Order: sequence, then C-alpha cells, then structure tokens
Amino acid sequence: MLFWDVTLQLLEGFGLTCLLFISTLVLALPLGLVFAFGSMSKTKPLQFITRGFVYIIRGTPLLLQLMIVVYLPGIVFHHPLTKWGIFGGNVEVAYFCGALAAFVINYACYFSEIYRGGIENIPRGQYEAGQVLGMTKRQVFFKVILLQVFKNILAPISNETITLVKDTALARSVAVAEIFFVSYELLSLKNIIWPLFYTGVFYLVFNTILTILFNKLEKRLSYFRS
Amino acid sequence: MSVLEVKNITKSFGKTEVLKGISFSLEKGEVLAIIGSSGSGKTTLLRCLNFLETPSGGSFYVNGELVYDASAQKAPSEAQIRKNGLHFGLVFQSFNLFPQYTVFRNVTLAPELKAAETYRKGTAEYRAEIERIHATAHSLIARVGLTDKENSYPCQLSGGQQQRVAIARALARQPEILCFDEPTSALDPELTGEVLRVIKGLKSGDSTMIVVTHEMEFARSVADRVIFMADGVIEEEGTPEEVFGDPQSPKTQAFLAKSLEKI
Repeated sequence: MLFWDVTLQLLEGFGLTCLLFISTLVLALPLGLVFAFGSMSKTKPLQFITRGFVYIIRGTPLLLQLMIVVYLPGIVFHHPLTKWGIFGGNVEVAYFCGALAAFVINYACYFSEIYRGGIENIPRGQYEAGQVLGMTKRQVFFKVILLQVFKNILAPISNETITLVKDTALARSVAVAEIFFVSYELLSLKNIIWPLFYTGVFYLVFNTILTILFNKLEKRLSYFRS
Repeated sequence: MSVLEVKNITKSFGKTEVLKGISFSLEKGEVLAIIGSSGSGKTTLLRCLNFLETPSGGSFYVNGELVYDASAQKAPSEAQIRKNGLHFGLVFQSFNLFPQYTVFRNVTLAPELKAAETYRKGTAEYRAEIERIHATAHSLIARVGLTDKENSYPCQLSGGQQQRVAIARALARQPEILCFDEPTSALDPELTGEVLRVIKGLKSGDSTMIVVTHEMEFARSVADRVIFMADGVIEEEGTPEEVFGDPQSPKTQAFLAKSLEKI
C-alpha cells in the first residue's frame, strides 16, 4: 500500500479526531463552569447532586461511559441511537454524537474541579479589597478575580487538553472512524503495522502545537503573581 | 457634630461574643489608635465599620446620618451597603493589592468604574472625570513617595511599598474615615518606618483616621485619642498621655508593661 494512500486515509480520520476534540472543548469548557458553580452552590441539594455526579464520572473509566451512552439506549431501552430522529438514520452521525456526549460530560467534570480549585484559591482579601473600594460584586468578579482564576487554571487546563487529544482515540471503541480507528483497520484488515506509528506522529504534532500555544499564553500572563 | 458615632456595637460568631458593646465617637480630623492584644476584637470592630462583617447589634452614624442599624426591620441591600461603605476606607494588614494591575491602575480602578457608572462613556463629562481621577492618582502616588513605581506591578514591590500603594488606593475613594488594620504587622521591621511615616503625614490634612496597631510608639506619637480593648470591650480610653502615661485599669497596665518591655 502506498504511503500516499495511507496518508490520505489517515488525514480523513484525523479530520474526525479534530472535530471530536474541538467540539468537546467548546462544549465542555462552559459546561464545566456550570458544574463548578453547582458544586460551590450554597443550595445544599444542588451541591450534593453535582458533587456526586462529578465523583461518579471522575471515578469510572471514560471507555465505560462511552459504551453506556452509545449502547445503553439500544440494549436496555430498545431505542438505539441510530433510530433517533435527530440523527436522520445516519449511523456514523449517531455514534459520533453519542461519543461526543460522553466526552463532553467526562471532560466537563474534570474542568469543573479545575475551575473550583482556581476560584477557591483566590484569597478572600481580593474580594474584600474590591468591596471596601465600593466595587459591586460583578465588578469585583470580572475586573479583579477572573484573570487571576484564568492564570491559576491555565496549567491544569492545558494538561487536560493534551490528555483529551489522546483520549479521542477511545472513540474507536464505539465505531467512530477517527484516526486511530483507521490505522487499526489497516492493521487488522491489511496487516500493515507502520500506519500505527504514523498515527502516533499525528498526535505528537498536534500536541506539540497545543503545548506551544499554551506556553505562549502562560508567558503572556507571567507579568503578575497572585 | 462628630464625624463618627458608634453606639453599642456587638458581634458574635456562633456562640463566641467577640464585641460586647462598643461605643465611641470621633471628631473630624481626629486620629484614633486602637490597641490591645490579639483576639480582643480590634480587627472585628474595623471590619464591622467597613461592612465586611455584619454587627449582631448596635448602630453607627456618620455625620449624624444613620449608616447601620442592627435593629432595622430588614437587612441593608447590597447597593445600600455599597453606598454607606464609601464613608469608610480600609487598609488591610495583607495589602490586598490587585496583582494583575500596575500601581497606577490599582489606584484608579475603582474610581474609574464608578465614573463609568455615573457618566456615559465618550462624553465630555466622562473624559473630564477620568482626567480628574488620573490627576488625583498621580498626586496620591507622589504623596506616598512612589512616583517612580507608577508602572510597576505589585509583585515587583517590597511589602512596605505595596502597603503605601494600598494607602493611596484607599485615599483615591476619598473616604471620610480611613481605617488601618495593623498596617505594619505583615512587614519586616525595617520596612515599618516608611509606612508609619506615610500615615503620620496624612495627619496634617483633615482626614479622620482609625488605626489598629501594635506599634505603641507610633500610637503614642500620632494618635489624638487611644482606645485599649480587651475581651471585646473598651477597657480604657483617653489621650495618649492618659492611656500610656497613667493607665487606670489593671489590664491596661499589664498589657502596656508587656508591650513596652525591653528585651
């Protein structure tokens, strides 16, 4: 098999990898903030439920969650994802969306704990200083607290983001044809092994770019220490 | 008329009664030093005046106007607290500068936000107000001797310099009563002098100040009046000469003996 053919096939898979990665980030970053506010809520039942949910999601394998989201509707409720109207009978779209849902929930939980840590780490004196200067709670949050939280959470968020790039490979287990799925097909059907290593290079390059971006961001915020 | 009139303020945290009925009044331009051992309630009193704690009982007045009353029917709204809180300024023990802003921006941030609420951005009034705020900030920063540090970030300053910025920042809101909560307790001994000198320098104006401090020499030389607090009550009150020179209460005598002890 030609190098060029493999490259094309892998690129197609990589497109889906990128789509899964970006959609997960775009949805999980804000959802994580919602979970974070839930777990810091003064309403005890809400706090209890959110923390319990985060505890379960963080304590079980993402692989298991993927399978539950994608297969449970069909096996237990006899209403498989593929038959859901919104997916228009398209198996690929249905499984991709199922996988995406599992990724978003899982990563939102991790992000929520990072946010919570970042927010709770801001010294109380910062809020108090804002208050005695006559700033509203809103002004204190947006003008004083937010950037410090952002700086606090940047390193752990970049860590999770890099893990997410590699975790997308798990979508293979629910038949999403991302790059790892493609290279594994090449191995099992055509018995060629080198595309696996080639796939590794794709992940490595992607993560290198992300690392450079995060380092730049970190440098831009290094002018102050909280 | 007194600029500040505090009537029977009490404060409990759970079952612990930290303030057991504090009353005093303050004339315009007066400097009041509050001394006493740790846990006597000095800091809690300042925090109550600045609305960082809600007193359990009592009331206080600024220029004869009621600004807090624990027996009021309903708790004050956030907006009310905000408005009434502006009578007071507070300089914290731990400075609490905003780390992401320069010295200048630390001083101008709150007044600028206020200006943006009062005037529409882009109007001549708004621009004039911003200009006034900037001019005030430059002169306040000069007053605390940090003109060459205007564009520095807090992490580039020593503790003493940070505290001086905090003083300029508090003054920028033009509070009627400026409170200091142990302003030199977090500083290395060699840096306390510069901060105390700045506070002393403010006295020449007509600003009214309340200083909670462990610096007995400073309290003696700067204050017009001294309050000694112990276990949540005012144990002794008077001029520095009276309290330091001829303390009446045995608790004051014991405290002063300990504080002024030379090793």
